[in-house]
Amino acid sequence: MADLSMTYPKERSETTTSRKPGWWSSYRSRLTPYLFIAPNLLLFSIFVFFPLLYAAYISVHQWSLIDAPEFNGVQNYTRLLSDGQFWQSLTNTVVYSAATVPTSLFLGLFLAIGLNRKLAARTLLRSIYFLPVVVSSVATAVIAAWLFNDNYGIINALLKQAGVGPVAWLSSPRWALPSIILTTLWVRIGFCMVVYLAALQSISPSYYEAAVIDGATRPQQFRFVTWPLLRPTTFLLLILNVIYSFQVFDLIFVMTGGGPGFSTTMIVQYIYQAAFASSEMGYASAMGMVLFVLILLFTLIQWRINRRTEQFV
Amino acid sequence: MVTTTSPARQRLETGGLWLLLTAGALVMFFPIYWMFATAIRPRDEIFSGAVNLLPTGWVWSNFTAALSRMPFLDWTWNSLVIAIAAVVITVSLNLLCGYAFAKFRFAGRDILFIGVLSALMIPIQVIIVPLFLVVADLGLLNSYWGVILPRAAEAFGIFMVRQFMVSIPDELLEAARLDGASELTIFLKVVLPLSKPIIAVLIIFTFMWRWNDFVLPLVILTDQEMYTVQLGLNLLKGQYNTEWTDIMAIALLSLMPMLVIFVFFQRQLIQGIAGTGLK
Repeated sequence: MADLSMTYPKERSETTTSRKPGWWSSYRSRLTPYLFIAPNLLLFSIFVFFPLLYAAYISVHQWSLIDAPEFNGVQNYTRLLSDGQFWQSLTNTVVYSAATVPTSLFLGLFLAIGLNRKLAARTLLRSIYFLPVVVSSVATAVIAAWLFNDNYGIINALLKQAGVGPVAWLSSPRWALPSIILTTLWVRIGFCMVVYLAALQSISPSYYEAAVIDGATRPQQFRFVTWPLLRPTTFLLLILNVIYSFQVFDLIFVMTGGGPGFSTTMIVQYIYQAAFASSEMGYASAMGMVLFVLILLFTLIQWRINRRTEQFV
Repeated sequence: MVTTTSPARQRLETGGLWLLLTAGALVMFFPIYWMFATAIRPRDEIFSGAVNLLPTGWVWSNFTAALSRMPFLDWTWNSLVIAIAAVVITVSLNLLCGYAFAKFRFAGRDILFIGVLSALMIPIQVIIVPLFLVVADLGLLNSYWGVILPRAAEAFGIFMVRQFMVSIPDELLEAARLDGASELTIFLKVVLPLSKPIIAVLIIFTFMWRWNDFVLPLVILTDQEMYTVQLGLNLLKGQYNTEWTDIMAIALLSLMPMLVIFVFFQRQLIQGIAGTGLK
């Protein structure tokens, strides 16, 4: 600001062609972008990247926070291999992701296409579908626990009137995970819908006009125009949804606490338990590193597939 | 889509679609409605086993009763302080950083940007143990700053700002530079006025993310007086004798700031995503 008031008159008096920056100002202008990103990089370094390296370090130690960390090589990692609860939490995470990700993408796309048409109360319908996205996971979990309540929940009450059930939604290992999956869909569908809607609105109508001139039916328009143009969006949503699914914590922590038994325990919750309930920092960190590598691998593979297929489009 | 079918069939199709979408919306809205219906219901009705979809009585005192049992107002205050401070810090830093990535060429830019994006992929649970230790070493356990600072740099925000600002014409910036404006002046006087839509989206999203945060406050805030709304809600849910009227009343109140923001800004929220490269 002070800079402006000092240089502005002087610059004006010069002709624009003769503006020669001195070494200081050219040095400073090269420094500008670094100054602009410096605060963020500093925060990332302290609170994300350093902790990540630190986690890798802790993962090869045995440490309960009280004594000094004791190096134990890859023991934490080999212990994972024979830990049934780890495998169950990994299986739960994969099942949960496989159930939630394709479903929310598909339903989100369906809603987006539907609500992109001219329909009565379209804006209201969009808002209702999006509303769950702004509700916190904790509130969502609390509401869901009440709806699915075995004895007094409205879902079982309605089922009873229909002559079915009652179902032990949250207290049986069989139904707890499906309940959580349904609750997750409630939140995710709206998110996918909005992102797809934004993408649909950026497709130029001229593509469809051209397709119609070529005699394309509505399904053909979708197959040959809409779907290919939505590919980058689908890719982004796929990655984001898988990452969200692998990181799901709040919802399950509040809704079932991972139970009954280990039927709804996900990796992240097992990590949390190992660290803050059993004080096994090394073991928790080793699991964290495995999770990190899994997410990284998934993202890289998707990236490669996306890049390769993109070349043929 | 442009259609080739007859108008009559098209009207039938549209009508069917509308019914389907409306039925779906009713299902989607039901949990929110049911929270409200439970919160204002007479207490003893909850356990009577009767299914009354419409409330039989409006007991507004349920809210004051729930508030008197729980330090909800203190938790709300804590959440507000944290969320507002986070909005001010995060949005300013995101804008500066995203602008630099969008409009400057500098050595190491792409590597640094990939570094920022990779922060998106690191689940907080992976780093929660060392993060807890870092916050403890900085003497910030059980403090507002302990929850604000670790989340002040938001990779998603930087990404959205970059995508938005890439489309600001370089000529505008060059013209300002030729006029001798400093880089900070250009940012404040040229770039920011053009960025109002993305600023609105960032403010809404950042507030929402921080208001709804759970894991970090759960680990950092150990004193119940320091609890946020979400931690308080979790505490209520975990109590042995579950009072659903109280929980639903508090849950409804905990949504209020987000519901207000949603009602006022839903256009920006939903359309804003379109302008942020999230497509």
